Amino acid sequence: MADLMARGEEPEILFWVGCAGAFDDRYKNVTRAFVRILEHVGVKYAVLGLEESCTGDPAKRAGNEFLFQMQAMTNIEVLNGYNIKKIVTACPHCFNTLKNEYPGLGGNYEVIHHSTFLQQLINDGKVRVAGGEAFKGKRITFHDSCYLGRANGIYEAPREVLAALDADLVEMKRSRANGLCCGAGGAQMWKEPEPGKKDINIERTEEALATGASVIAVGCPFCMTMLSDGVKNKNQEEQVKVFDIAELIASAENLNA
Amino acid sequence: MPMISNILFLIITVLAVGLFIWQIRKIRRNINLGRDKEIKGSTAKRLNKLILVAFGQQKMFKRPWPAILHGIVYIGFVVINIEVLEIVMDGIFGTHRALSFLGPVYSALMAVNEVLAFLVIIACVLFLIRRNVTKVPRLTRGPEMRAWNQLDANVILITEIVLMLALFAFNTADLKLAAISGEELAGSFPISNLLAKSIHTTHLAGLEAVRSVGWWFHILGIFAFLNYLPSSKHFHIIMAFPNVYYSNLEPKGKFTINESITHEIKAMLDPSYQVPPLPEGVEPQKFGAKDVEDLNWKQLMDAYTCTECGRCTDVCPANITGKLLSPRKIVMDTRDRMEEKGEHPAIFKPNYYKEQGEPRVKVTEEKTLLRGYVTPEELWACTTCNACVESCPVNIDQLSSIMEMRRYLVLEESAAPAALNAMFTNLENNGAPWAFSPSDRLNWADNLFVNTK
Ligand code: SF4
Ligand code: SF4
Repeated sequence: MADLMARGEEPEILFWVGCAGAFDDRYKNVTRAFVRILEHVGVKYAVLGLEESCTGDPAKRAGNEFLFQMQAMTNIEVLNGYNIKKIVTACPHCFNTLKNEYPGLGGNYEVIHHSTFLQQLINDGKVRVAGGEAFKGKRITFHDSCYLGRANGIYEAPREVLAALDADLVEMKRSRANGLCCGAGGAQMWKEPEPGKKDINIERTEEALATGASVIAVGCPFCMTMLSDGVKNKNQEEQVKVFDIAELIASAENLNA
Repeated sequence: MPMISNILFLIITVLAVGLFIWQIRKIRRNINLGRDKEIKGSTAKRLNKLILVAFGQQKMFKRPWPAILHGIVYIGFVVINIEVLEIVMDGIFGTHRALSFLGPVYSALMAVNEVLAFLVIIACVLFLIRRNVTKVPRLTRGPEMRAWNQLDANVILITEIVLMLALFAFNTADLKLAAISGEELAGSFPISNLLAKSIHTTHLAGLEAVRSVGWWFHILGIFAFLNYLPSSKHFHIIMAFPNVYYSNLEPKGKFTINESITHEIKAMLDPSYQVPPLPEGVEPQKFGAKDVEDLNWKQLMDAYTCTECGRCTDVCPANITGKLLSPRKIVMDTRDRMEEKGEHPAIFKPNYYKEQGEPRVKVTEEKTLLRGYVTPEELWACTTCNACVESCPVNIDQLSSIMEMRRYLVLEESAAPAALNAMFTNLENNGAPWAFSPSDRLNWADNLFVNTK
């Protein structure tokens, strides 16, 4: 972003990578896939790079309002400094925080989750999902992440993106507004679950496996981790793969280097 | 002696209504223990919600069977209230069927009334079966479902059945008496007619007694019921309306922002920043909630609205997987604590009703909502997934109370689990919840052209 600024240019969108997108080995693939799509359609985008810092979502959900606001205000200063207007992110937690909680602290942006963004690209014919052969007839099930679905009412965008793949979309027993959390939200990602009968990600994975789908599609880095762990736990990693919707689109478009 | 019974009736009515108002005032006072909360957002949207969720029972229809049965009881209640109005008029003025001047409208009204009353009986019987025979888990299980809560639900259902039976007894006896005296009786009574035809007595005094016992029983029952409400989960028939009206219009993912912290941080970042002074007489707030007075009035209103239906707990991922957390328990604990704190508003003392066995949730003796009722273990099990909020038919925001208590644990007591403290440290030092160096942030782009690199 700093380079663009130095050249006196402004990007159409700022791609907010998020901590998982930047550091999590598995999710880095998603970041790359999404960037390839951006390059492919020729959108003028930028990332903050080293100037990006955590949105503060984990602190906020854990109850550490102080730390959250520190993070938020620092980020807002950077974003406002670059005169950012439109942000796209692949992480529902970043999306929710930037969209809903930053305005109260002086950060007002148009924030879009990558599922909505991809849906628009598909609707505008910019992404054609060439032939879609790769997924024809494959069973895919979509796991609603809480911070996209219930928290912000986005249920259809990721499904429409998946529908473009010409795959066989199957729903889990609990989906959309009734979807079951993957178990990572509310800062659970960073701690051991409380004692109980079972871990939440196992319960959710069982539901996903019960659909008979060979691909579990997600739109969130935490869901990705939780469900991948669940699939491993059930020794199904050979038969069932967990992919982010951006990866599915990128591979349908043969964009995977 | 119509005069004496009229005066008696009037006195009873005034006493019943007065007692009810007295109880409501205590509940109001309890709710006002809470912090202020500004109600923002469009009135039109609120009214829309009120119509859909409260009047229209929209959220009940996530589960069609209970929705239909509940719908019958609800509509029955609304329509039967018109008859109650008539009973009160008759009682005070010594008239008989004061509304009968409405003619065909009256006939239709009475007919609908009888059919509904009959359906209400069926619905209540089915509800009793669900609670006591098939024992639907969400209605019967959980550490918060104590003996009192089970009894309360049964008392309500049985009372409703008995009230409907009293109504039929009154109507049937009235019809029979009219038939014997050859009088025309206004109204149309499909079910009582059948009953009247199958009874062959001509014992006038007996019929008169049944008629007047039925009448008195029905109305006294309703007054008693009215005053039982504030002690009962059945209070939701009143509270559901304001509670839905004042419910959250924002996206569920938007958590409240603590303004006093905002001022503090602004002052830290910019030494010239002037923190606006607190209004006269207002004490600086604690961060988060330790007890009921730290929650806002809407959160306390939530607690009085809960119907104990357990839909929230039934969809809670933590609860489903056997963790201690039950969002319903948090709501019910808030109510119990409020009643303890603000004296019992009610004439009954449900809190003192015996508990069933050992409680599953071990709380310390400390008499505050946090720790005295709700344990940190419950709070830390929440994934903030909003499933409970989504499922609640009366728009209770369980998650907001959970978050306030978490904030108290973290900000006032520094009592977060160790793993979370480690995450906080990472966040503070590296700008990420994991222990990665911020300089590695662009590593994902290594073998990829990025036009910002
Ligand atoms: S928000 Fe918390 S309490 Fe509510 S359903 Fe989700 S995990 Fe359970
Ligand atoms: S909080 Fe709502 S969903 Fe939960 S038990 Fe009470 S009324 Fe039912």
